[in-house]
Amino acid sequence: MKKIQALLTKELGSYFISPVAYVVIFIFLAVSGFLFFQILYFFNLQSIQWMRSPGLLDRINLNDMVLFPFFHNMVVFFTFLIPVLTMRLLSEEKKLGTGELLFTSPITTTEVVLGKFFSATSVILVMLLFSFVYPLMIIIFGNPDVGPIFTAYLGLFLLGSAAAGLGILTSSLTENQIIAVISAWGILILLLIIGWAAQSVGPTFGAVLQHLSILEHFQNFSKGIIELKDVVYYLSFIFFTLFLTQRVLDSQSWR
Amino acid sequence: MIEVENLTKRYGNILAVDQISFRIESGEIVGFLGPNGAGKTTTMRMLTGFIPPTSGRAIVADFDVMEKPLEVKRRIGYLPEHPPIYNDMLVSPYLEFVARLKEIDTPERSREVRRVMDLCGLTEVENRLIGNLSRGFRQRVGLAQALLGDPEILVLDEPTIGLDPRQIVEIRELIKNLRAEHTIILSSHILPEVEMICSRVIIIHEGKIVAEDRTEHLQSTLRKSDRLFVQVGQGGPQALESIRRVPGVISVLPEEKIPGGYRVELEREGQKIREDVARAIVTGGFGLRELKPVGMSLEEVFVRLTTVEGVTPEEGGKAS
Repeated sequence: MKKIQALLTKELGSYFISPVAYVVIFIFLAVSGFLFFQILYFFNLQSIQWMRSPGLLDRINLNDMVLFPFFHNMVVFFTFLIPVLTMRLLSEEKKLGTGELLFTSPITTTEVVLGKFFSATSVILVMLLFSFVYPLMIIIFGNPDVGPIFTAYLGLFLLGSAAAGLGILTSSLTENQIIAVISAWGILILLLIIGWAAQSVGPTFGAVLQHLSILEHFQNFSKGIIELKDVVYYLSFIFFTLFLTQRVLDSQSWR
Repeated sequence: MIEVENLTKRYGNILAVDQISFRIESGEIVGFLGPNGAGKTTTMRMLTGFIPPTSGRAIVADFDVMEKPLEVKRRIGYLPEHPPIYNDMLVSPYLEFVARLKEIDTPERSREVRRVMDLCGLTEVENRLIGNLSRGFRQRVGLAQALLGDPEILVLDEPTIGLDPRQIVEIRELIKNLRAEHTIILSSHILPEVEMICSRVIIIHEGKIVAEDRTEHLQSTLRKSDRLFVQVGQGGPQALESIRRVPGVISVLPEEKIPGGYRVELEREGQKIREDVARAIVTGGFGLRELKPVGMSLEEVFVRLTTVEGVTPEEGGKAS
């Protein structure tokens, strides 16, 4: 546990000494800020129009018209930024030869993987924390239902952690950061569009594909629903990728 | 204590280390000597548990490296070929980090970090970014890292590489001073260094141990022949010819930079042959100016051992 903490502190240090974390967080905030602005602007126009016809007045809703589209649009970009954060975590150790220190120290590969993973999730937390300013404005100046905001954030965190697990896995497979990030993107894209094939393969297999899709499970969170199957999906995704990473690291020291 | 039995490492078809066995007692400093690619680094990596052997056994500090890797890792300080340093860290936080990995807890940790920084002369750079340090300092950071926690066994892969002559002397002194309480294995291709620091030398070539002895014995026991340096006043080729005809002389080679100087290779050490050579020169009237036995340096022993197959037939050809 102490060694996981040591690794975590060290990794967080490198994240914030190098520009990586700042750049990723800045770009994330800029893009999601732009999205938020656009959605809010469109919401304003529509509310003004709808206010003239009393029948539509009830349908003006901050949750449905601002927050849901905001999360819905920002989540894809968010997911794709995560492998950029994780790409160097293990590949660099291999490339610089520092792995030789790590793997000749009295630390197990499981501890190494967990230390790296928690450092990535900490940066994700920081990222999400900053992005909270946008919903916060809605909370301050409007009266949205706050429940869905928090479940959406929980979903974002789980989704981000799953992407981090995947990113760490691809990072463990190569000493080239570019290859690590591209392969993580490839797998993420596959997991995003796998649901599209659901209609064409019949009901049983279609349901399986639907369930595999990584974004599918975020939908409920953004609507304010925490469903066990979604939580289980993300947690098992994280467990599976980290388990494979640990196997990869072990096999490298046994080859 | 380190005990190695038939340790073998195979990378695909390449046999990097071929069934080596040796034993190192506590408190010894042993030097691994060999040309690049001889298998020194691979052997060290197997001892530290970084890579597993294909077959064979290694027992380090009473623990089998394969069965109890963590126990071994707790007792070993390892400086790899390339110092395992993070360029984006400052020197003292880096050592602090390694100390935490090595399970050194808070009360002693900062004291321990300070101790190794003093030992390796890093105090002046403790708050500098490792990436901005010179090669010599980076090497010293790597060494400091290995010394953290005062491990009973030190495995140092080319510890003085990249240092300037003054630093080399300092680091050698440092390693010598560690001798009493530590078992040290170091690899090098600088022979005088090994001669100076180590009590014993293991010479590795193409994955095999070609020689193993105490440093001072190595030269005499491995010396298959003796050598003389001779300088004559005149004669040139005739002088060479008459020296060569002396029984017991294997070959005579002119010394390039010294006019009239010859290197004479003798079959065996002995006063008799030396007398015969002197007599041959004097009776030939070549004007004997100098005649002295030349010992073989470790360097030559090394070259001889590692190039045995390639050179012998050629030399034999010249001699006959």
